[in-house]
Amino acid sequence: MKFNQFVKGGLAAVMAMGMMACSNSGGSATTTTEPTGGDAALKLGFSGPLTGDASVYGLAVQHAVEIAVEEINAGEGVKFVVNAQDDMADPEKAVSAYNALMDWGMQVSLLTVTSGAGQAAAPQYQKDNMFGITPSASSTAVIYADAENSANPYGSVFQMCFTDPNQGTASAAYLKKHAELGTKVAVIYRSDDNYSSGIYNTFMAEAEKEGLEVVSTAAFVNADTDYSVQVKQAADAGAEIVFLPIYYQPASQILVEANKQGFKPVFFGCDGMDGILSLDNFDKSLAEGLYMLTPFSADATDEKTQNFVKKYQEKFGEVPNQFAADAYDCVYAIKQAADAAGVTADMSTADITAAMVAQFTSMTFDGITGTSMKWSKTGEVSKDPKAVVIQNGAYVGVED
Amino acid sequence: MKFIKALWNPKLRSRTISYLVVVAAYILLQVMMATGNLSRLFTSLLVPVTAYTVAAIGLNLNVGISGELNLGQAGFMSIGAFTAVVVSALLEGAGVGALLRLAICIATGALMAAVMGWLISIPVLKLRGDYLAIVTLAFGQIIMSLINNVYVGLDPKGLHFAFVTNTIQMEPGGKLLISGPMGATGVSTASTFTAGFLLILIALAVVYNLMYSRNGRAIMASRDNRIAAESVGIKVSQAKTLAFVTASCLAGAAGALYALNYSSFAATKFDFNNSILLLVYVVLGGLGNMTGTVIATALLVVLPEMLRFLQNYRMLIYAIVLIVIMLVSNNEYLRLKMQQLKTKLTRKKGAPANE
Repeated sequence: MKFNQFVKGGLAAVMAMGMMACSNSGGSATTTTEPTGGDAALKLGFSGPLTGDASVYGLAVQHAVEIAVEEINAGEGVKFVVNAQDDMADPEKAVSAYNALMDWGMQVSLLTVTSGAGQAAAPQYQKDNMFGITPSASSTAVIYADAENSANPYGSVFQMCFTDPNQGTASAAYLKKHAELGTKVAVIYRSDDNYSSGIYNTFMAEAEKEGLEVVSTAAFVNADTDYSVQVKQAADAGAEIVFLPIYYQPASQILVEANKQGFKPVFFGCDGMDGILSLDNFDKSLAEGLYMLTPFSADATDEKTQNFVKKYQEKFGEVPNQFAADAYDCVYAIKQAADAAGVTADMSTADITAAMVAQFTSMTFDGITGTSMKWSKTGEVSKDPKAVVIQNGAYVGVED
Repeated sequence: MKFIKALWNPKLRSRTISYLVVVAAYILLQVMMATGNLSRLFTSLLVPVTAYTVAAIGLNLNVGISGELNLGQAGFMSIGAFTAVVVSALLEGAGVGALLRLAICIATGALMAAVMGWLISIPVLKLRGDYLAIVTLAFGQIIMSLINNVYVGLDPKGLHFAFVTNTIQMEPGGKLLISGPMGATGVSTASTFTAGFLLILIALAVVYNLMYSRNGRAIMASRDNRIAAESVGIKVSQAKTLAFVTASCLAGAAGALYALNYSSFAATKFDFNNSILLLVYVVLGGLGNMTGTVIATALLVVLPEMLRFLQNYRMLIYAIVLIVIMLVSNNEYLRLKMQQLKTKLTRKKGAPANE
């Protein structure tokens, strides 16, 4: 028996050696896109759920970044080399991923794809004075050191997407304005999720202010797999609109359940609903007529969007969602700022961060998720929300 | 020399090996850090590894030594973690230095978790069968749901609490410590690898001293044969409670160490999966084998990060590695070979193979 322990002690030594061997290559790039230009490229890193539950988001961002960087590297100005790390949307893994990126020598960052991960990684950005703009981590805790209190922002972390509170407010305002969709609103949200409850809280506050009639609210938690009670409650209350400030997987199950119960209201979601059409084993016809508030619609006619959507479809065989669009914009916003400030790869990280922050708080950016976007000193973006509806299995923009 | 021989005698050898492995790993890692051979990624993993190790050592006491299945170890970590967040903020307001703050947080976290463990054990450990597994499973979920709805704020007037909806009105200068599903935010970190290393040593000392004590023998007797143990006058429920409360206490300490390593974390981190993961560390390390637990935990926490170069196949390979370890460590043929090798080696040394 005791000999076993000797063997295991040996194992520890082997493991330590493995770590030593790995420490040299530990930060090696997972996905690198080499620039074609001769100049040294800025090292752009991010982490996101490239595997696991939320991988639709992470992969969308990864794909969009790939397209944007390819375009940018083929043109004039600053060039990028990209490193994407998997964080499985887990806060602890996100910190590890951040450190892997720092080992690689990251200079500018897209932070993380999801909120929980972003809020764990963001303090590191402040500590290391690193610039980051997240495409889709929408929680206020990603940009504020003190949860919902804007008095203490990290300063070097920005968002391309709306914050959760803003999404709730915008959703309530939109529903009030568009009374033709229905007036009786039911809400089903996930109470143990920071994204969902964040939107829920501001939605309810705004609904009260605007006089929107909320007939039922029902909550569920992560481990739930049966939504019949919540759907039944909404149906019994005579809801005409069901507001779902949740991610697309539970939303898909709610749609299935509503269909089973013969309950056919207008479903209305936020940006987390984006991706529902890419879900495997989901009857996409159930999502017909689903509204969602998102700053991006793939059918927009402007040249930039058309170009992006076409390239994305050619390369990855699907219509890009809002996460992809946000990520695409992020890369271009960084390029615009870097070009304007004359940032080069041989500058120190502190100089790059200072230049980028100065640019972001003063510049105006036109992208595919909005025009004349501006950023406040706290890192929040201001742009117009748009509504999108699913018709014939595709996202279609709704005219105001 | 006599002292060393005493440490190496069959009774205490496994304990000595445990300490040696931990100290050797610590020295090796310190040297690597000092010479700049340890990347940022692995440096950042040191504290979580030590925290998980402490929790796993506790769990092994509960599962391996006491023989009661515990599926809620992460729940106890969670209690320790969130207690630490609040205590840490209070102490910081009082101007207590980082090291002392960490020590007090670990102590209070451990205490809170132990009290919760004791409360749970009162009804459960009087029963026979797998009730502890069921109750701890539920406990982990309940704690997670509760903390997901708790709001705690601190302003110059003191602490403020709210439940389900955030109704806290704070004075200027106040800050939210725990904000429901967002979890703890803006924690000022204090954990260090050395503190984690010391905590592992303390955990090992606690567990080994308990194991080799009269109470420890009673715990193992209760595990092996409840009726026989009762017949010689051992209070089985008391023995099991002692093991369980010690385990939850260590989990609380581990949680506090973990909490003060991250600026922000949510209660969902300490979910059922995390409890199962801890159980995996214990089972793969060997039930009742503390050295194995330490090594398995370190290896399995670090492995997914070491596999980053595999890109998206990382978790697939991780799962395969788990299965391989499980099969290899349970392979009869390999065990037999090991046994033969061992007898050979001990004979060469001229010592009688009497284990």
